[in-house]
This record gives sequence, structure tokens and C-alpha cells, in this order.
Amino acid sequence: MDSKKGASTLMRKTLMALTGLFLCFFLVIHLLGNLQLLLPVEQAKVSFNSYSQILSGNIFIKVISYILYASIIVHCLDALVITLKNKKTAGKYAVDNRGKASKWYSRNMGILGTLILIFLVFHFRDFWYQYKFGSLPKDESGHKDLYAIVVAAYQDWWYVLFYVFSMFALGYHLLHGFYSAARSLGLYHPKYVSWVRIFGTGYSYIITIGFAIIPIYIYLTQHVLWN
Amino acid sequence: MKLYLKIWRQSDAASQGKLVDYELDNVIPHMSFLEMMDTLNEELVLKGDRPVEFDHDCREGICGQCGMMINGQAHGPIANLTTCQLHMREFKDGDTIYVEPFRALAFPIKRDLRVDRSAFDRIIMAGGFISVNTGQAPEANGIPITHEQAESAFDSAACIGCGACVATCKNSSAALFTSAKISHLAKLPQGKMESRKRVLSMVKQMDEENFGHCSNTEACEVECPQQISVLNIARMNWEYSLSSVLKK
Repeated sequence: MDSKKGASTLMRKTLMALTGLFLCFFLVIHLLGNLQLLLPVEQAKVSFNSYSQILSGNIFIKVISYILYASIIVHCLDALVITLKNKKTAGKYAVDNRGKASKWYSRNMGILGTLILIFLVFHFRDFWYQYKFGSLPKDESGHKDLYAIVVAAYQDWWYVLFYVFSMFALGYHLLHGFYSAARSLGLYHPKYVSWVRIFGTGYSYIITIGFAIIPIYIYLTQHVLWN
Repeated sequence: MKLYLKIWRQSDAASQGKLVDYELDNVIPHMSFLEMMDTLNEELVLKGDRPVEFDHDCREGICGQCGMMINGQAHGPIANLTTCQLHMREFKDGDTIYVEPFRALAFPIKRDLRVDRSAFDRIIMAGGFISVNTGQAPEANGIPITHEQAESAFDSAACIGCGACVATCKNSSAALFTSAKISHLAKLPQGKMESRKRVLSMVKQMDEENFGHCSNTEACEVECPQQISVLNIARMNWEYSLSSVLKK
């Protein structure tokens, strides 16, 4: 039996929880930074570009970013191992109405995660890669003009739609993932379990709406057609 | 009532099974689901066919034997119920009912609706006990324990090992069963002493029996006839992590 060697089912889930919660923490910082994009145009440009400059030069942020890359990779690979094993162990029914006993998003974390991963490929290509390796124009204060890249990206309605859709995939992933992580790490006190569930729900709503509103806002206010 | 039944028939573990159609007249709404199955079997025997084999024992909802997947739900459409406590009044005249065995890699089918749940027994054997010679019955108040703590331990101990948690889990995880046994003993002073060792060996056995991972969908608690709380799973996870870290 393959479970004799390697990690136990519980260890794999603990790893999912730890990497997932780190990514949850990262999302908060990411959202706070991005909220600068909602400022008036000139202010947003200066603020966002200088913020990006500070982040890219900071050694502490560099360390965090490596933990971030590692977390994404480990979270995905661990999920793959868990899913493949679950596919083998799971019973298959001719008629299956088991879904009535649980939430659809709790049963489809793998699909939601895959959607997020597809989104991340585009997200990294269009912003992360551009900033690190692309030749960006400079703004008035000599910072790389990431703001211009962001505004240019959100000119297409389908791209905005893709972003908003992906944020909803992320939202449902978080809605189950946040409190599921607390469960996997062993939070069993009923009072704090209900607190974590409420907090996790609020957190998921804020992250989803917060990230989804930015491309919509930029599309509506900065589109070339009406500017 | 007249019912159209589609029941899983499989002659042994090695053979391929399939859903077989049966029509059953004169079903009384007051019958339990198992009594309806008995009625069908009586007809089959009179016709000279092999009756449908299914597990059952107490028929009072406390033994955990009567596991069946009814219309794709463990123990049928009502939450927190055993199959024997499900009555035909929950169905309508002319309904088609699908009956399948509990399915999981760890629960091989023996025949028809009868499955081998001895994987549960082996998880218990791996550590679900207190390894002291108890001798004579001790004085009941010899070990102080609060009423709340005793009740909490009993809530976990109420698991009847029916396997509905595994059957309803999309991964066929035995987390609810195993964690109920671990928590029940960890909550009592007699069991607490060995809890570090117990959780490691019972989880190891659970994995070796090829049960899946727990995705925390909480479907198990919904289908559990004893409403065993998913917080037992959280306690098992906590005990397991702690024991892994503190292991010498």
C-alpha cells in the first residue's frame, strides 16, 4: 500500500492548510496595495508606481515573494497528489445525489483551484513578467509606469470579464478554503470554529469584491473610448 | 403502493454487478425500508430466485449494520437516519427507487448490497482501546470527571460504525469514524494517557486501508445517523499534529 511510505493523509492536508493560509495573508497585502488604483488618476499613478518601486527594491519583500512562489507551487502539487489519491479511493455510484449533503464549492475545490491557476498564468504574464523583465515606460518621477500597463490591460471588456469571473472562482475557493484550513490545522473549540467561519466568510467577500471592483472601475473611468 | 426498484445485484466480489429492475406491489407506507426489502425477497424466494442480500441486525437504528445507498444518498433521503428507520411513507406510489451498496475502495462488495466494512474493525484494533488490565469493575466515582466532559465523550462514542460517512464522502474518507473513536477516548481521563500513541497508529491504519483525504465538505455529519460532529475531525487533526511533533 502506497500510504506506508511518505506523508499521511492528515499531513498532506496540513500542508494544504499552511500554504493556503499564507496565500490568504498575501491576498490581504496585495489587495491593500491595489486599492491605490481606485484613487483619482494622477494620484493613483504616482502612488501606485512608487509603491511598486519600493516593493521591488526591498530585501524583506523579496524573501516573502520567494515564500509566495513556493507556497503556490506546493499548494498546487499537494492538491494534485491528494486529488489523484482521492480519485482512486472514492466510490462511484450509478445514481449519485450525495451533493445534497454539502456545498457545491466545497466539493469542487480542485476545479476552482485550476481556474485560479489559469488566471495566475495570465496575471503573471501581463503584470509580474512585464514589471520584472519587460521594458516599461517611466513616469514623471522616474518610476516604472506599471499604472499605465494596468490601465492598458483593462481596456478590453472580455479581459475585465475574465478577471471578474476569476475573482469569483477565487471567492468560492476562499469561502470553503479558509475555514477548511482551520479545521485541518485542528481548531475544534466550537466557539472559535463559528468565529472563524464568520471571519472567513467576511474575508472571502472582501477579497472577491475588492479585487473584482478594480478592473471594472478602471474600465468604466479610464476607457479610451470615452476619455 | 406500487414501487419500481432498481437494485444492485452482484454475485461476488470478483464479478461485475449491475442494476436489476423489480416491480413490487402492495407496499404499505408503514413498512420500514428493510421490511419492503424483505417483502421483495419473499417474492424472489417463492419464484425460486436468489434473494437480495443486505446487512441488517437490530432494526432499531442502533447497530449500524443496515447500510444502503438509496436514490444516491446514504441511508436514503432523510438526514441523520439509518436505513431501518426509514419508512416507505417517505416515498410516493409509483416511485422508482435506486438501491446500491455503500461504495469505497476500502469497502469491497461481498454480494449485492452487502459490503465488507472490516477496515473499520482494523482501525479500532490499531489503537481504539485502553491497554490496561481493568480487573473488577472500579468504583464509579473513583475518577473525577465533569458531567459536561462525560457527555461530550459520549457524543463521540455514539458512533455506530455504519459507514455512511465513508459512503457519502466524495473521497471515501473515514475521517469522521476514526476521529470519533480517537476523540471519545481522548476526552476521558482513562483514555487520555495513551492518546498520543493512539492517534498516530489509528491514522496510519486508516491510511493503509485506503480511505481518502478529508475535504471538510461536512457531508458526513449530515448523513450520520448519530449526528457525530465534524469537530471530532478537527480534534483528530490537532491531536495528530501535536503527536507527530512531540513524537520521540
